Amino acid sequence: MPPPLPSERSETSFADFKPAYTPGQASMEANRCLFCNDAPCIAACPTGIDIPGFIRKIATGNLRGSARSIFDANILGMSCARVCPVEVLCVGDCVYHHMGVPPIQIGKLQRHATDVAYGEGWRFFEAGPDTGKSIGLVGAGPASLAAAHELRRLGHACAVYERRSVLGGLNTTGVAPYKMRGDRSLSEVAWILRIGGVAIETGVRVPDDVSWDELSSRHDALFIGLGLGADRLLDLPGSDLQGVGGAVAWIEAMKLGAVDLSGVQSAVVLGGGNTAIDAVRELTGLGIPKTTMVYRRTEARMSGYAHEWAAAKQQGIAAAWARQPIAYEGDGGRVAGVRCVHLDDDAQAVEGSGHVIPADLVLLAIGQARLADVVSGLDGVAIEDGRLVVDEHGATGRPGVYAGGDCANGGKEVVNAAAEGKAAARAIDTWLDGKE
Amino acid sequence: MPDLTTNCAGIVSPNPFWLASAPPTNSGEQVMRAFDAGWGGAVWKTLGQPIQNVSSRFGAIRWKGMAGVGFNNIELITDRPLEANFREIAEVKQRYPKHAVIVSLMVETQDEWKDIIKRSIDAGADGIELNFGCPHGMCERGMGSAVGQEPLVNERITSWAVEYSTVPVLVKLTPNVDDILPHGRAAQAGGAHGVSLINTIKSVIGVDIDTFVPQPVVGGQSTNGGYCGAAVRPIALHMVAALARDPDFNIPISGIGGITNWRDAVEFMLLGSTSVQVCTEVMLRGYRIVEDMIEGLETWMDDKGFAKTDDFVGRAVPSYQEWGDLDLNFELIAKIDAATCIGCQLCMVACHDGAHQCIHPNPDGSRVPIVDEPECVGCNLCEIVCPVPECITMVEVDNGYAPATWNQHVGQGAPLRPKKGSHD
Repeated sequence: MPPPLPSERSETSFADFKPAYTPGQASMEANRCLFCNDAPCIAACPTGIDIPGFIRKIATGNLRGSARSIFDANILGMSCARVCPVEVLCVGDCVYHHMGVPPIQIGKLQRHATDVAYGEGWRFFEAGPDTGKSIGLVGAGPASLAAAHELRRLGHACAVYERRSVLGGLNTTGVAPYKMRGDRSLSEVAWILRIGGVAIETGVRVPDDVSWDELSSRHDALFIGLGLGADRLLDLPGSDLQGVGGAVAWIEAMKLGAVDLSGVQSAVVLGGGNTAIDAVRELTGLGIPKTTMVYRRTEARMSGYAHEWAAAKQQGIAAAWARQPIAYEGDGGRVAGVRCVHLDDDAQAVEGSGHVIPADLVLLAIGQARLADVVSGLDGVAIEDGRLVVDEHGATGRPGVYAGGDCANGGKEVVNAAAEGKAAARAIDTWLDGKE
Repeated sequence: MPDLTTNCAGIVSPNPFWLASAPPTNSGEQVMRAFDAGWGGAVWKTLGQPIQNVSSRFGAIRWKGMAGVGFNNIELITDRPLEANFREIAEVKQRYPKHAVIVSLMVETQDEWKDIIKRSIDAGADGIELNFGCPHGMCERGMGSAVGQEPLVNERITSWAVEYSTVPVLVKLTPNVDDILPHGRAAQAGGAHGVSLINTIKSVIGVDIDTFVPQPVVGGQSTNGGYCGAAVRPIALHMVAALARDPDFNIPISGIGGITNWRDAVEFMLLGSTSVQVCTEVMLRGYRIVEDMIEGLETWMDDKGFAKTDDFVGRAVPSYQEWGDLDLNFELIAKIDAATCIGCQLCMVACHDGAHQCIHPNPDGSRVPIVDEPECVGCNLCEIVCPVPECITMVEVDNGYAPATWNQHVGQGAPLRPKKGSHD
């Protein structure tokens, strides 16, 4: 296993945004669940967890069964309980909404059951009888981990190739620390790998260090779970000023180590998605007195979740809407502000609207590069709009090569990656069966 | 404002709400606080020969995270000195002359009954309640339910008490019998002025599944206790009603068993209880619950136009009939209000698995189920499981058939409507 994270990390100063339930609180909440038939919350979960079932088991004190139900559907149930946008998934579809009654806090209940399972060290799944087959998985994020675990349950050997030194993908390097810290993600990785039979190779970049041909010859099938690429940046005057960088890279640095924020009095995050909201909340949490989210559209059109932005606003975070950055302004080689213009309703610059928003730190959260070139040497794997093209089972156009997670879906939730990885594992199993 | 003054078997209290003989009436200090809170009467914790109690004593059923829907105890009668009890009874009566203090008694011999009744009345008791109901501990010594289960013994001891007492005598009946009627009639035959029922039901409240010992646990062992709390109310209501509708039973009833609020009290009174007694809910929530009981009863009486409690005591008795006299041609069907339905489909599961398979998924894809009305037997199950008030209603259908009971059908060949829900 790779070494643990350093203890000195900027993320460790964050407390949980949603505190854990006590057993009594969990019992009270679990007992409110109506135990719906064909429950809408299940349909809203990409991994299809039997939510009323696991909640009833909490209510009856069958916590082991509850955790088993969760993990059976989604082996990343612990992290999903923390990072899922439940407001727009399971909780959002709770029938109590139609009654004007607060919905069941499914995420917190799932966290309760899965935390107890981790704390008690319960073990639920064994590897299946050895099939003699081997699957190579590229990337060690949620999609690959979910795929590997399912493949092991089906008896296939697995090898994971990860370019970083840490495992877990964005769960380790990207999740807002007030939802989950990196060390907890690593504990999940260890939990998953406990099924055994998953070889881990870190510091391996595909195809630079190991070619696709080599991987294809080593394994009977491949799963690609590469995630997304580096932050997209803007080619503006002053781009080379110190203090201008990508948000995903900064978040990773903050989670894996300590970031130096000395002298930073104000920060600007460019973007209106969930990464932008995470970044402004994290900067504020780390003590930056003034952090502004600068977005080219209006609040109503931001792509970040309304509940996330509402939480940011509650922290006193402001946004500058309908602004187009046109230059970074500097002071002695270091950024001091972002020059912006207002955009009108047609997204056209308003004449004479130029102004500078002061910032000692500017993070760009305007998307991540897609990884098209990484798989360019893999004949039959199609790229569309920067994503690997897959069918509903995760199969690419090349027999035996499957993909899932952000590299295939363009950037969704951990729970989507978990669902896609598991589905691909089953499809690989079926495909291998058919070959014989 | 309606008048709640109650006269139950000659015992007068400012309202019909009495504390039952139990831990809440264990001492004068408690009873006085209860009267301050609004209770109209108190049946003092049973007095008798000295006993020793165990530790622990209580157990409860948890339902949806809350304890106490069912409750049981293995506590015996008072373990305080008789002298202290009588001194406190006298003090309470001196300070609360308008409230009713009924003293519950349980002794063995005729002389003991004579002595303890005299001392109770000397202390100021407004009434005597003979504890013929306790189903744990004391019954093993020939008292409590051991008396209540034997009509002849019941009648004999009752007659002693009536002879020795100058105040009304209530006989507290045990539900641990197959038919309550002979026992109520025995009390009446012995001269009792009224009966109170039910006492607790013989029970094992639970088992500790880690230590394999039933509850409540006393040093690695347990014994049966007396079951009470909201869960016993249907049993109590039945027994009260059975006596109330018995033409040979004509003395007042003080109703007991799972009363938690004014609604429960009204139900007991509608089935023939003149006063009601409460214990478990007070043990779980305190004397303060009586404030809502009084206010709720007054408001309900105002709404119904009742000036005094006698105006409605027993009003539900005439409609309590034998099954054979129910109209088999009366027909209900379930109606689901799509506007308020939240789509939980609990009705559909319940109907499919537990009733007559007549609620189905909506063919239009909506989550609001549909009722197959030609098959709906009108059982109420869907309405019971629906979490939304008024969403499912049971609506009467005019099927064109004249009313016909089973007795009329068998006796006179009255025509019955076709059966529904049999999926032939």
